[in-house]
Amino acid sequence: MIKTPAWIQIERRPSPSGWTVFAISVVAILLALIVAGLFFQFYGVSALRAYGDIIKGAFGSRLGLTETVRRMIPLLVIGVGLTVAFRALFWNIGAEGQLLMGAVVASGIALFSGLPDPLLIPAMFLGAFAAGALWGIGPAILKAKLGINDVITTLMLNYVAIYVVHWLILGPWKGPTMRGFPYTDKFPTAAFLPMLGGTRIHLPTLAIGLAGALVLYFVVKKTRVGFEIRVVGENPDAAKYAGISQTKITVLAMVISGGLAGVAGVGEVAGVHHMLLNPSSIALSYGYTAIIVAWLARRNPLAVILTSFLFGVIMRGGDVIKISLGLPFQLVNVFNGLILFFLIGSEVLIRYRIRFGTVKETS
Amino acid sequence: MASKESVPLAVQLSGIVKRFPGVVANDGVSLIVARGEIHCLLGENGAGKTTLMRILYGLYQPDDGEIFLHGKPIRIPSPRAALDHRIGMVHQHFHLVPTLSVEENIVLGLSEGTGPFLRFKKTRQKLRRLADEYGLDVDPTAKIWQLTVGQQQRVEILKALYRDADILIMDEPTSVLTPQEVDALFGTLRTLVEAGLTIIFITHKLDEVMEISNRVTVLRKGKAVATVNTDESSKAELARLMVGREVVFRVEKKPPQLGEKILHVEDLHALNDRGLPALRGMSFDLSGGEILGVAGVSGNGQHELSEVLTGLRKATKGKAILGAHDLTQCSARTIADLGVAHVPTERIRVGTVPSMSVRENLILKSYRSREFCKWSILDERAAHENACRAIKEYEISAPHDGTPVGNLSGGNIQRLVLARELSGSPKFVVAAHPTYGLDVGATEQVRVVLLAQRDRGAGILLISEDLDEVFQISDRVLVIYEGQVMGIVRAEEANLEEIGLMMAGSYRQAVAE
Repeated sequence: MIKTPAWIQIERRPSPSGWTVFAISVVAILLALIVAGLFFQFYGVSALRAYGDIIKGAFGSRLGLTETVRRMIPLLVIGVGLTVAFRALFWNIGAEGQLLMGAVVASGIALFSGLPDPLLIPAMFLGAFAAGALWGIGPAILKAKLGINDVITTLMLNYVAIYVVHWLILGPWKGPTMRGFPYTDKFPTAAFLPMLGGTRIHLPTLAIGLAGALVLYFVVKKTRVGFEIRVVGENPDAAKYAGISQTKITVLAMVISGGLAGVAGVGEVAGVHHMLLNPSSIALSYGYTAIIVAWLARRNPLAVILTSFLFGVIMRGGDVIKISLGLPFQLVNVFNGLILFFLIGSEVLIRYRIRFGTVKETS
Repeated sequence: MASKESVPLAVQLSGIVKRFPGVVANDGVSLIVARGEIHCLLGENGAGKTTLMRILYGLYQPDDGEIFLHGKPIRIPSPRAALDHRIGMVHQHFHLVPTLSVEENIVLGLSEGTGPFLRFKKTRQKLRRLADEYGLDVDPTAKIWQLTVGQQQRVEILKALYRDADILIMDEPTSVLTPQEVDALFGTLRTLVEAGLTIIFITHKLDEVMEISNRVTVLRKGKAVATVNTDESSKAELARLMVGREVVFRVEKKPPQLGEKILHVEDLHALNDRGLPALRGMSFDLSGGEILGVAGVSGNGQHELSEVLTGLRKATKGKAILGAHDLTQCSARTIADLGVAHVPTERIRVGTVPSMSVRENLILKSYRSREFCKWSILDERAAHENACRAIKEYEISAPHDGTPVGNLSGGNIQRLVLARELSGSPKFVVAAHPTYGLDVGATEQVRVVLLAQRDRGAGILLISEDLDEVFQISDRVLVIYEGQVMGIVRAEEANLEEIGLMMAGSYRQAVAE
């Protein structure tokens, strides 16, 4: 038999303020860092030293900072899109696959379209947006029309996308100049994204991410479509009652979300690798990490700028601990998992507050 | 009997205070219930009756005050603790698992000391004993969904008795019953009291208080205003205590100015959410300037009817002609644009977006119009002005128009829904349970507003389980039973007994006009 002790009271928090949400999120991250620190200790590395190295590695030098931003770019572009899908109550777990399909179409255009040089990059972005959007629309229609679970369909399509890439780089698109390695040929230089001088920061993608954050913030807050998205997301029954088509809104949200994930794919193949290669080297779980990015931002596109930077730091931290401490890069996934874990746990504290001591105040 | 000092006390609540954000639900309430009586807790919706009983049942913790049981101070941290103290509660909305059997529901949550397996032999013996003792007969193997509402309520009572409750709290137990089922329930309650139980009976219906209770405590705005012996009181006195002023039992109603026929419904069929027939060939007409009340026990197709007429549910057969359009072929949006207003049954879950602001909720249906939307961008100033107008005209009490609707009281949410729905001078209004859960002031306002719409020339379909309401403001009354029209009568010519029989499905009007 479970009894709540008399000195603990749990009650509803009527409308949590922005500061409450912020403070609780920060506490959740700190708790995750503390628990992650235990893992460093298990490896025989002082957690303090590891965090010191990570901070130094992420901010301490020009190289470190620019690498952090490079990691941030795909998280920003995808995360901004995901906020829209999540607002429309569509659980898009498929950004990883949408990113890969964007990368595939961009690579195809770069290698085989024969377009004149100045048109190449715009065509790659448009094509990748369309590819990501198409990859996302399927699950949206299935959910709206047949009620098929969006988490499952979007997740499964990730694997389809992974095998599409495998097939292409091992089969029809395998580069003749690559001496048997499973890569496509290198893109023509006209298909290389312009970089911030001497860094690996690909500017067009960064610009799309930042502009996307601003535009989508405006769209969600101020426009007719944004109003419809919010109504569908906050109360689907009221949306139906108000005559708002849930199908239309869900598909639209997934065009935005999938399309932006596709754009992130252009950044990786045309900005970093300059070829299509092993899917796990292209995507690096950006699609999954961006879920946490969007969630930590509480589905606010502007806040994604901040949270994607934070996760840029964490991913950069993975590089650092690999190089300077000799620990596996995969520890980053432990970090991400812990942060998501504590973040979801903290949701309860946003909606409820816990009071200690029996309440006998007089007012 | 209660006036004598020697009568043993069952429950004594003293100075109970319970605050919720923005309201004091119980403001120093004291209540004394003697052993072996039926004690009514009378008050309007929102007076704090249910909150007080939820405190006694351990669902809420009081912010202040004390609880005594049989003279001893106790603390009730959970419903389980309440049951340990032999206090049981039958909620207004039943807590049963529809797909499980009666006996499974009854033992749910109990550890019978049989290890991981359920054995129903002892359960059945005890149920048999309870059935014999109190006349509460239910087939223990029947599934809950197969039972009528009255039988389900019996299961809830059995659940409490099975846990050896000797104090039974009944929260508005008659709101879902037909008049005949109410009689049966009252018989059961009398048997229970004769067997020594104590019953606390929450209600806002004066007739029930007069019929069933020994004593009655009246709550008003979170305070206990009086406790009286029922046979020394009168309906008028109780009403005055409940509302705090003399009560006019009727709102002003002018004779109807019938306009032309606006709605023609013919042989309408539809399914419910479970895919079973809910409407089975309904036909009726509605004129402008008329209120057609739909009376019936809940769950007889009223909800589906309102949804079909507003485009939220597909009809499987039949038509509903409004002007040049067949509503069964139109989308919810088209129907709204045709000038059909809908005050939905579940005003919070369906009629509003609780997390969004008053301002945004007020344009939930008109946000696309030129007034509020230019070049796809919402005009916040126009929305704000609209909100200020509505707040003033409908007396919506909200701190400001940016307040989330979820923070408003039920009455204010309903005012908001009405303000929005009636803003475009609709020609046809579907109002489902428009005053359910509202206090007397808000109820009166809603009825006046609906009558004003009728006098303006709108046709109104009023769906309500409150028979008094139906008769008070309708011009004609349609009785619905299992998705069929049992009869349509003029409100002033109606015979309550006949209506009751029609609601129970045992009588059908010979000729519908």
